[in-house]
Formats: sequence, structure tokens, C-alpha cells
Amino acid sequence: MSMLLEVKGLVAGYGGIPALHGVDFSLEEGGVTTLLGANGAGKTTTLRALCGMIRARGDANFAGKRLIGMQTEDIVRLGIAHVPEGRGTFTRMSVEENLQLGAMTRRNGADIKQDIERVYDHFPRLRQRRMQQAGTLSGGEQQMLAIGRALMLRPRLMLLDEPSFGLAPLVVREMFDILGGLNRNEKVSMLLVEQNASLALSLADTAYLLETGRIVTSGPAAQIREDEGVRRSYLGY
Amino acid sequence: MELFWQQILAGIATGAIYACMALAVVMIYQAIDHLNFAQGEMAMFSTFIAFQLMLWGLPYWVAFLITLVVSFIGGVLVDRVIFKPIHDAPILSHVVVFIALLAILNSTAGFIWDFTVKSFPSPFGSAPLFGSSLISAHQAGMISVTLLLLVFLFVFFRYTRIGLSMRAAAANPASARLVGVRVGWMNALGWGMAAAIGAIAGILIAPVVFLEPNMMISILLYGFAGAVLGGLTSPAGAVLGGFMVGVVENLAGTFIPVIGGELKLPIALMLIVAVLVFKPSGLMGRTVVQRV
Repeated sequence: MSMLLEVKGLVAGYGGIPALHGVDFSLEEGGVTTLLGANGAGKTTTLRALCGMIRARGDANFAGKRLIGMQTEDIVRLGIAHVPEGRGTFTRMSVEENLQLGAMTRRNGADIKQDIERVYDHFPRLRQRRMQQAGTLSGGEQQMLAIGRALMLRPRLMLLDEPSFGLAPLVVREMFDILGGLNRNEKVSMLLVEQNASLALSLADTAYLLETGRIVTSGPAAQIREDEGVRRSYLGY
Repeated sequence: MELFWQQILAGIATGAIYACMALAVVMIYQAIDHLNFAQGEMAMFSTFIAFQLMLWGLPYWVAFLITLVVSFIGGVLVDRVIFKPIHDAPILSHVVVFIALLAILNSTAGFIWDFTVKSFPSPFGSAPLFGSSLISAHQAGMISVTLLLLVFLFVFFRYTRIGLSMRAAAANPASARLVGVRVGWMNALGWGMAAAIGAIAGILIAPVVFLEPNMMISILLYGFAGAVLGGLTSPAGAVLGGFMVGVVENLAGTFIPVIGGELKLPIALMLIVAVLVFKPSGLMGRTVVQRV
């Protein structure tokens, strides 16, 4: 399998204080890779560095294009959709306007209309609330909207930052089933950041463990899940 | 009673100009989070451009359109050349640049066209509208042009993709970037549109207050008052606020004997202070909660 995303020696930080000290990982086309680790390990920072929201050094190649130094707006145009921590909803706009914004880089109006319907098929609850202000949705619905908005890009790669954050367990289950379906049926590759390790490992095929800005362990998700030592020292279950 | 209605209508007519200025102020506030103190001087300079074009013999509406285009380009350039490089600078840097811009435009206009007061034509004429003494044709023209502009802006922001992108860029720049909106250019577009709206305001009010480099100073204050009253985050509120300031100013000037013509301006300032004390987000603005 070919690598869709290859990251080597990624260094990034905030205000001159580095949070990542040379992170290496790669992601297969069509795969789901998860970055695990405690609070402050650098998971979110990695995603933000990859889509140009913070400055970074090192190498990150996506389908042969060098991401480091590119503007966020241009990275999006390569087909990378970031579902950020906190969901990034446009709270004062309607659900439908949020979805339209997701397709802002695309031109064909008829295709866009069709894709909006497709998102509503995935998330029927969003269809019921299409004209409602996005800020009035529940946490789960806002997460669905964030994922729906990312899908409107027709992404090759989705960066998912804590999709389970603040959601009830049942909603989380539903959300991960949908993500799994998207990966299988629509062949969307995913880079998943999660606090909830067992959940992430159930969806991912490859896992990397981050500790204070470095990768400490990596391997197939099944293997990491079974590894007693890793589980006790890093995953805490 | 006729005097009362006459004053209300006159208030709405000048309020239309304040509404335009308030709208321009809000558009730039949305883009860069600061009040543009040079907004009035930009409008004044645009009006002088229209004046010059007409002096060269161009018909009124041709001059009007060219002025809008030139002002739009000028606004975009101000953003790209001056404000983009200092985007992350502290607020004080922005304020200093605004004041510099104000002084530069004011004295350049004075240098080119001198400080004598000039008359400026109205396309609507100054005769009473339909022979009624309630409102003059030019006042009616000011109101209609403003309302047309509002309808245009409403449709633009509500139903076009670029309007939606501009709203997204103003509401949540980080998220807007993540869906591929070019936030920097949206800000520049906001500056261009604000400059063009200001040009309309300047051209419409010039027949009333006469053309000279200081013509917009008090009008901008009223525009600020309208924007603050309506809410700096709400274009619709800014327009409503502009109209209200116009009416209140006119009624107070006419019917409260102490105030008269001279003390009208303090009313605008008192309104700003009162709104900031009692309802800082304005009538239609939203309260901005900042996460720290």
C-alpha cells in the first residue's frame, strides 16, 4: 500500500516553546491511523501543524506535496479536512450554511447540493434541523455537523481531533460507527486523535503513542491493544 | 404637527447617511476588530474624486460609478498595503495608523483641492418632493439610495457564496480557513466595500453640508454613534442605529429649546456613552464572550 501522508522530524510549538520534538509517522491510503497519548503529549499540536494553523519545521508529505510552509487555505484544497477540537462550528449560521461553507473550495453547484443531501442521509437529525442556528444544536449534533462539513470537501484525508469529546457514551458509539462506515464505504483516510484509547484502537488499523512531543511506540492497532505494558503505562486501562 | 413630521423625515434622511457610515464602520470592525477613525476622511476623499471627475466634464452617474470603483480599489489597497502587515500588532499601532491615514487624506485633499467650501450637485434636485413641504427631492433620494444599498447588501451576504465566505471569515477566522476561505482577501474585500459605501455616503451628503476636507468629521461621529447604538457586530443594527441617531438628533435640535442647532453633536456623543454604560453590545449586537 502506498503512503498518503508521511511525517518526518516534525517540530512545532507555541511562542517559541516546542511542543513537538521531531515526530515521525505515516498513514496508508484508505487507512485509519490514531495518535494516542495523555493531555499535553502533542496530539492536537500535530494536527494543527499538519494543516498550517501553527508554524512547524520538518517534513510532512501528503500525496507528494510538501505541507510545511503552506497556507491552511491551500492545504484544504489538497483534500485535507480538519475537524478541529471544539468542532469549529459557525454558531450563528444555519446548519445548511455550515455545510455549504464546507464546500467553499468546490465549484459545481449541482454536485454540492447532492452532497448536502448525502450528509443528511448520514445524519438524518441534521436534515430536521437544516434551517436552525448551528449554535443551538446539542453537542452530538454539532459533532455530526462538523464531520458533515468536513465531508462536503470530498476529502482524501480527515483529521479528527477528539470526536468523542463531551458526548454521551451512546452518542460516541454512534459517531464511531458512522466514522467506520465512512472509512469503509467512501474510502476516506483518517488521522484520529483521541483521549479514549480503547475507542480509538477499535476504529484504527495503526496506532502511534505520543509522549511529551515524541513517538514512543507504534504498531498495528490490534497489537498495541494487546500489549499489557503499553496499556498499563500509557493508556491507563 | 407638520413641523414634527417634517423633522422626523429630515432626521430619517440624514440618518440614512449616518446609517451608511455606520455600516462602513461595522464592516471594517468585523474584519479587523477596530473602529476605523479614517472612515470619514476616506469618504470625503472619494467625494472629491467624484467632484474632480465632474469638473472634467463627466456626467453625474458616470462619475458616481467610477468613484465607487476607485474607492473600492483604494479600500482594498489600504488593507493589503497597510493593515495586512500589521495584522498582529497591538491595538495602539492600529489606532496610530488610523490617525495617520486620517491626517494624510485630510491634508492631501486640502493640498489638491484647497480648503474653500465648494457646492456639490444633487442628481435629485433640491425642489420639494411632489410639491409637498414635508421632504425635499434630495432627501427622498438619500433615503432611497440607502435603502437600495441595504437590499443589495442583504442579498449579497445572504444568498451569494462570497457573501457567505465573508460572514464566515468575520465570525470565526480559524474555522473559515479550515474550510478553505481566504480570510485575508475577505478582509480586503470588506475594506473595499466599506470604502465604496463611504463614498456613497459622502456623495449623498455633500450637497447638504457642502464639500470641504473637514466635511465628514461630525458625520463620522454620528456614524460611530449609530454603529455603537445598533451594535458593532450587527450590520442591520448599525443601519437602524444610524436612522435612530438621525431622528433623535433632529427632534432634539428642534423641540428642546436649550439644544438648538449648536448642541446637536453632543447628543450623538451622549448616546455613545449611554449605550456603552447600559448596553455595551448595542441594540442588536451579540455579546462577545472570549475564551481565555
